[in-house]
Amino acid sequence: MSAAGHAFRDNLTMVRRSLLHARRYPSLTLNVLLTPVMLLLLFVYVFGNAMSAGITGGHADRAEYVAYLVPGVLLMTVGMISLGTAVSVATDMTEGIMARFRTMAISRPSVLVGHVIGSVIQTLLALVLILGIALAIGFRPHATPLDWLAAAGLMALVSLSLTWIAVGIGLVSPNAEGASNLGMPLTLLPLLSSAFVPVGTMPDGFRWFAEYQPFSPAIEALRGLLLGTHVGTRNAVLAVAWSLGLSLLGYLWSKARFNREPRR
Amino acid sequence: MTKDHEFAITATGLRKSYGDRTVLDGIDFRVPGGTVFSLLGPNGAGKTTAVNILSTLISADDGQARIAGHDLTAEAQAVRAAIGVTGQFSAVDGLITGEENMLLMADLHHLSRTAGRRVITELLERFDLADAAKKPASTYSGGMKRRLDIAMTLVGDPRIIFLDEPTTGLDPRSRHTMWQIIRELVSGGVTVFLTTQYLDEADQLADRIAVLNGGRLVAEGSAEELKRLVPGGHVRLRFSDPVAYERAATALRETTRDDAALAVQIPSDGTQRELRAILDWLDSAGIEADELSVHTPDLDDVFFALTGNPVPTQSTGSANPAGAADKENAR
Repeated sequence: MSAAGHAFRDNLTMVRRSLLHARRYPSLTLNVLLTPVMLLLLFVYVFGNAMSAGITGGHADRAEYVAYLVPGVLLMTVGMISLGTAVSVATDMTEGIMARFRTMAISRPSVLVGHVIGSVIQTLLALVLILGIALAIGFRPHATPLDWLAAAGLMALVSLSLTWIAVGIGLVSPNAEGASNLGMPLTLLPLLSSAFVPVGTMPDGFRWFAEYQPFSPAIEALRGLLLGTHVGTRNAVLAVAWSLGLSLLGYLWSKARFNREPRR
Repeated sequence: MTKDHEFAITATGLRKSYGDRTVLDGIDFRVPGGTVFSLLGPNGAGKTTAVNILSTLISADDGQARIAGHDLTAEAQAVRAAIGVTGQFSAVDGLITGEENMLLMADLHHLSRTAGRRVITELLERFDLADAAKKPASTYSGGMKRRLDIAMTLVGDPRIIFLDEPTTGLDPRSRHTMWQIIRELVSGGVTVFLTTQYLDEADQLADRIAVLNGGRLVAEGSAEELKRLVPGGHVRLRFSDPVAYERAATALRETTRDDAALAVQIPSDGTQRELRAILDWLDSAGIEADELSVHTPDLDDVFFALTGNPVPTQSTGSANPAGAADKENAR
């Protein structure tokens, strides 16, 4: 087998390892999902009327707010699961098996690729779950099959980018607690985005930040795809550019960190 | 003179320091293929650092090394393909089962499904892990984890194996199992680089022993050669009667007194003939010791002799003519 073939097989092996971990210990991923599910229910059933009245300028319409909220919650879920990845990478690095991997003639990035691809697969499964809950509480998307495909691609791409950043965070953190603290922006950024309210309703400084930060363009694009409204070229370009940029940055950062010598 | 390419491992002038602290201060050695080379030293001597450097885990600040004919820094990946490493801390994935750990290794060595299955079944059987194969590795005992660790190392059939303190923390039975495993590896032509803090372990297994202290090699040779450097073998007589103790201490030549314990030490190589001579002398002088024990040279003695830094002595067993077994219990 060629070197590329070997590297491919190593990646596959490491993805299997990551999924095996997830399957053995599903509680880790399921715990992470509690927060977006709770936020979804809270904002729809408790704040729903007030939020929709604020957005539509007068009449309260909870169903309309569900439609507005779900794309934001979906991408918030992506962020939360990536934080889980940061924690599991930090934990994995403290395990003895890491020294073994480093002394074997394997493709080194495969150790990280396994975490990333495994995490993206878990994220997509989790999104199906969240989407199921959303449908159950009255979310009615108007998407064509092509829109669904594009939406899935977008979510996978955002997941890929946030997960690579999360892997970097996991690698620079000395332990799980450190990774959890350092990775906080991955879960906090959606709060300052267009996930819950349109950026137009925010004060000036926040609005500028909320409009251009990675989550908002992706949320807006996803909203367009799922609700069958206008996606907007600017949102689409910004969302893809952010994702590709963060993926590349996260990959290079993680690779450099992983190749650094382990300190004693 | 053996040619360079006949050596499995050669190292020249290896140096490593962390900040102000020098861990390895220029060490040189050569290990012929198919032999066991033991790096012997106390905690903190630099043994693990040496293994980490030679197994490509960390890089040396200075010096060269060749492993299986490949340069350590320039051809790290080729070195990795030739070696197997079992570190001091178990390198197993605790979240998955023993069998899954083995499968992971088979996949990473790019074995085919059938070849992988065959090797895994054979190794699990050989290391007495077949019954526990389906259990998570985190539930294994220390000895089982160490066996799984070595079994994982052997999946790729490495010709050179690094074992960093493979028996530290194991009970006597597991330690002897580990020794047996190492002997089998060597009889299969594998080169073993072994670190240990136990002289008897190096004595049992190693063809060559290098003593590492404070980052320097202070002696190198076979077990016999090293023991000759060490005058630590002695017979110890302990008394409860101060009068008898005083008589023995003054009458016997070449003794070392221990007034606090009422004990005298007589230099001896522990042979039957010397023991009989001592016993005969005690009988004829009418002195009766309450306890007699034989001590063979151990790491404490080696260190005292080679560095002048005594390690705190451990408690010793009671009257026991088979000195080696005495050491076993003392630990």
